Amino acid sequence: MSPVQKRIFINKLALIFSTLSAIIALAFLFWILGVLVMKGLSALNWNIFIYEGAPPGYEESGLKHALVGQLILVGMATGVGVPLGILAGTYLSEYGKNSKLANTIRDISDIMMSAPSIVIGAFVYAIVVLPMGHFSAWAGSIALGIIMIPIILRTTDDMLQLVPGTLREAAFALGAPKYKVILNVVYRGAKAGILTGVLLGVARVAGETAPLLFTSFNDNFFTTDLSQAMPSLTVTMFNYATSPYEDWQQLGWAAAFILSMFILGLNILGRLILLSTKKGK
Amino acid sequence: MIDKLFQNLTRISAFLILLIVAWIFVVLFNQSTEAMQTFGLDFLTKDEWAPNVDKFGAYAAIFGSVASTFLAMLLSIPIAIGVAIFLSEIAHPKIKGFFGVSVELLAAIPSVIYGMWGLFYFVPILRDLTGGMGIGLLAAGIVLAIMILPFMAAVTRDAMNTTPDILKESAYALGGTQWDVIKDVIIPYAKAGIIGSLILALGRAIGETMAVTFVMGNVHKVPTSILSPTTSIPVTLANEFTEADTSLYFSSLFGLALTLLIMSFVVIAVAKFYFLRKARRA
Repeated sequence: MSPVQKRIFINKLALIFSTLSAIIALAFLFWILGVLVMKGLSALNWNIFIYEGAPPGYEESGLKHALVGQLILVGMATGVGVPLGILAGTYLSEYGKNSKLANTIRDISDIMMSAPSIVIGAFVYAIVVLPMGHFSAWAGSIALGIIMIPIILRTTDDMLQLVPGTLREAAFALGAPKYKVILNVVYRGAKAGILTGVLLGVARVAGETAPLLFTSFNDNFFTTDLSQAMPSLTVTMFNYATSPYEDWQQLGWAAAFILSMFILGLNILGRLILLSTKKGK
Repeated sequence: MIDKLFQNLTRISAFLILLIVAWIFVVLFNQSTEAMQTFGLDFLTKDEWAPNVDKFGAYAAIFGSVASTFLAMLLSIPIAIGVAIFLSEIAHPKIKGFFGVSVELLAAIPSVIYGMWGLFYFVPILRDLTGGMGIGLLAAGIVLAIMILPFMAAVTRDAMNTTPDILKESAYALGGTQWDVIKDVIIPYAKAGIIGSLILALGRAIGETMAVTFVMGNVHKVPTSILSPTTSIPVTLANEFTEADTSLYFSSLFGLALTLLIMSFVVIAVAKFYFLRKARRA
C-alpha cells in the first residue's frame, strides 16, 4: 500500500468509526425514547387525570395527585427562582460587570449548576424539614428553587449583555435613571432571551427527582396543603416503577411519558422563541 | 431613591447565591460533625456500613461512585467523541441540524427515565448475557454512560466547532484527508475545550442519583467483580435518608453528602477554571 492509499484507508476507517458511534448512540437513545412512547401511550387514559392514587389492583387509580403536586412544586419553585435569578443576573450584567466580585459570583453559580441535586435535597432537609418536623411542599419547592436560581442567573446575565450598549446610552441621554433604563430598555431588548432561559430553567427543574425524595417526599393522595408532604410526578414515578405491581408500573410509565412531553415541549418552545427573534432581526 | 433601591435589590439577589453556597457547606459540615468525631478518617477508609451496630464507613459508597463514573466515562468518551466528530465534520448539513437538536433534546430527558429503562429493559438483557443478577456496577456504568452521552456529545461538538474554518481549509489545501484535519487541526486546537467538556460531564455523572439508583443494588460492599451489586454515595442517600433512625446514622449520611459535594465541586471547578477558561482564552 502506498502512503497515499494508506492515508485514505485510515481516513475511511476513522470516518466509519465515527459514523458507527453516532449510529450506536442514536440506537440506544431511540430505544429508550421508543420504550417511553410505547409504554407511555399504552398506559395513558382519562382515568389518569381523574383519579388519584389507589392501592394496586384498583381500576380507579390515576395520577391526578401527582400532576397537581408537580405543578404546585414547580410553580412555587419558579416563583422563587425566576425573580431572584433575573435580579441577580441583572446585577452581574448592569452593575457588577467585569468586577472581581461579579466574576466570582458567575463562577460559583456555574459550579452550582452542575452540583449534585441530591446534596441540595439534603441541605434543604436540614434547614427546612428538621425544624418543621415533617416533609412539606415548601421544602420541595425551596430545593427546586435553589437549583433554578443559577440557571436563570446565567442566562439573564448572558442575554442582558447582548443588548447593545448604545441603546442604554441613548436612554441615559434622554435623562432616564438607571433603573428605568434597565426596566424599560434593557429588559425589553432581552425579553425573548430571558423568556427562553426561564422555560429551560423550568424544564430542567421539572425533571428533578433526587432533591424531592426527602423534602416534599411523596403522598398517594390528592393534597393542596403546602405544609404537608406533596406528591410529585418524578417521585411517584420512582416509587411506582420500583414496586412489584404491574398496574403501578404502568402508571409510572404514564407519568414518565407526560413529564417528558412537558419537558420536551418547553425545550422546543424555548428554541422556537429564540429562533423567531433571530429571524426578526 | 428608587434607583438605589433597585440596585440594592439586585445586589442582594446576587449575593444570595454566594450565601446559599456557603450555607450549604456550613450546614452539611455541622450535620456531619458527629460522624467525623466518632469515626475520624476511618469514615472515609473503612467499608463497614452497619446501621444496626452504629458503624459507618463510607469507603464502599465512595468506591462505587468513583468506579461507576469511571466505567461510564470509559464507555461514553469514545462514543461521544465519535458523535461529536460526526456532528461537526461528517454529517450533511441537513442531518446535522436534525441530529444535533435531537441530541440536545435527549440531554433534557429526566434521568429517572434512563433509570427506569435500565431496570425494566436493560438489566434483564444483562442478566441473560452474564448470568449474574443483572443489577450492579456494570449496569450502573452502562446506564450512566447512556444518560451522560447526549450532554457530553453536545458540549464536545460545541468545543470542536470553535475551530476557525480557515485553519481547516488550509489543512485541506495542503492535501490533508478529513481524518488528518480532525486529528492534526481540530483536536489540537480544541483540546482544552474538549477535555473541559468531558470533565464537566464527569462532574454530572458522579452526582447523578436517579439513573443509577434503580440498577446499582444498594449493597454496602466494595464490589468483588464488575457484576456485583454495590452502592454509590447518591444511591445510599436516596435509599437510606428517610430511614435513618439514630443521630449517628443521620450524621454519617450528611457526611456522605458533604463528601459528594466536595468531590463534584473539585471536578467541576477543574473543568471550568482550568480547561474551559484556557479554551476561551485561546
